[in-house]
Amino acid sequence: MIEVEGLTKRYGEKMAVNQLTFAVRPGIVTGFLGPNGAGKSTTMRMMLGLDRPTAGDVRIDGQHYDRLKDPLTYIGALLDAKAMHGGRSAFNHLLCLAQSNGIPRGRVHEVLDTVGLTAVAKKKAKGFSLGMGQRLGIAGALLGDPRILMFDEPVNGLDPEGIHWIRNLMKSLAAQGRTVFVSSHLMSEMALTADHLVVIGQGRLLADTSMADFIRENSRSYVRIRSPQRELLLDVLHRAGIVVVETGGGTLEVDGHRPEDIGELAAQHRIVLHELSPQQASLEEAFMQLTAESVEYHAHSGAPLGAAPPPLPGDRPGPPTPGPQVPGPQWGDDWKKG
Amino acid sequence: MAATQVLRSEWTKIRSVASTLWTLSLAAVVTVVLGVLISLLSKNEFDKMSAKDRLSFDPTYISFAGMSLGQLAMIVFGVLVVSNEYSTGMIRTSLSAVPQRGTFLFSKMAVATGLAFLVGLVTSFVAFFLGQAMLGSHKAAIGDPGVLRAVIGGGLYMTLIAVFSMGVATMLRSPMLSLGILMPFFFLISAILGNVSATKKIGQFLPDQAGSKIMQVVTPIDDDVPYGPWGGLGIMVLWVVVAVIGGYVLLKRRDA
Repeated sequence: MIEVEGLTKRYGEKMAVNQLTFAVRPGIVTGFLGPNGAGKSTTMRMMLGLDRPTAGDVRIDGQHYDRLKDPLTYIGALLDAKAMHGGRSAFNHLLCLAQSNGIPRGRVHEVLDTVGLTAVAKKKAKGFSLGMGQRLGIAGALLGDPRILMFDEPVNGLDPEGIHWIRNLMKSLAAQGRTVFVSSHLMSEMALTADHLVVIGQGRLLADTSMADFIRENSRSYVRIRSPQRELLLDVLHRAGIVVVETGGGTLEVDGHRPEDIGELAAQHRIVLHELSPQQASLEEAFMQLTAESVEYHAHSGAPLGAAPPPLPGDRPGPPTPGPQVPGPQWGDDWKKG
Repeated sequence: MAATQVLRSEWTKIRSVASTLWTLSLAAVVTVVLGVLISLLSKNEFDKMSAKDRLSFDPTYISFAGMSLGQLAMIVFGVLVVSNEYSTGMIRTSLSAVPQRGTFLFSKMAVATGLAFLVGLVTSFVAFFLGQAMLGSHKAAIGDPGVLRAVIGGGLYMTLIAVFSMGVATMLRSPMLSLGILMPFFFLISAILGNVSATKKIGQFLPDQAGSKIMQVVTPIDDDVPYGPWGGLGIMVLWVVVAVIGGYVLLKRRDA
């Protein structure tokens, strides 16, 4: 159990983390989601007592981090795969960590075996690939057999096999009743692993919800229609009591009706349709919309006039979004009203 | 958090990186070899010296002449022990394992200081005996007054140089910055300040000049240094204490 209360970190004028309050519960994987620079890593460093909060508090099983006796046996963390001395062998890296927390030497062999690095235990860490470094970092997190595990962007830069391995590892750790807290800037990744979501943007808490609820609330399905007899179609739909949203490029969108019903209605009135397609908004879009809103809010409340416009979802780094290409602002405005 | 656990961990850290072996052996070899060469040269020069220089002739101190260069390797050792943590990012892993920063820093320094003292003491004795062997009839014996103090003092001097470097590196974090300040300071600036008459009074109180007084057995005739061997070492210890406290305070306050 990790309890974060009113956690705030300010660097000069910039609020990196702003009044965060949430709890990470045992037995599930909690995803910590936010765009790059949202304050995820800063929050995690404060959880581990590495950075001092400007205000607020973090408790690990009810205690402050620096009050924990042998902290690696309470919480294991992978913050940065490269946070190790490259000239030291994998075994010695883990041994010095183990000794500092009174963990027996035999445990080093066990975790090396768990992450599959036994064969290269005597090799220097600087010769390791990113994936191997990541595995060594995870071995360090598992060393004290802790009840709480924390991973900062663990799948970044890994090959598909490594990603698969980490996903399964996190799930199995949670299934053993442990608290698993994992950060990512990819909604698609979280959708596959996390049971619970904590979303932040610009250092603020945007959502603290179960994955199932998040999907239910945010995966909007609708029907997209294009027709050369646009005015006539609008009129017909309006008379049938169907709410239509006009989006750019002559397309119409209808929420909450089956494409079959709309098709039949159009046929009755002999209206030609060029497109009639069911659409599903992806979670990735929902997430971007959520965080874009926080950026917008931030700009309106704090920034002087003439500041850079709030980034549109399309400006964000990340992989191409699956699903339909919906014009951002209009679709978003409608979605927010709903 | 038991301090013995952290000491054991720091010992594993220090023995498992190559830089420890390289810097310490370089410090020992350079000090001894250079000391032997200068002792040999001094023996050959002795007959050409003036009477005044002969009266100031200090065979013990001469055998430690290599330390002026050997100490640079000790500086590198002290700097790397600490700043390796920062340059590699290991510091975040280390402080996650040992969040009590005082325990972390002082355990690390204790282990490194112990090792530096061991190497420094052995180096000092070897440099002395080999140097005296080169000096032939002008040599000093370990039983002569003040000589044993000077030889043990040589080991203490090298140790304190390393600890001072650890303190500075804890404050500055970056190995390049730390070396860039310490190396020219000890190799050039201190020597310049000590040899220019206008700044000589200040130069006397710099850590290396004050500390090296402990290795002197024969006081030069026109010596006007206001402290003795132990007084000089005391001044050096003060510098070291200030550097270590500065490092501790900054480590305690800073985000890792």
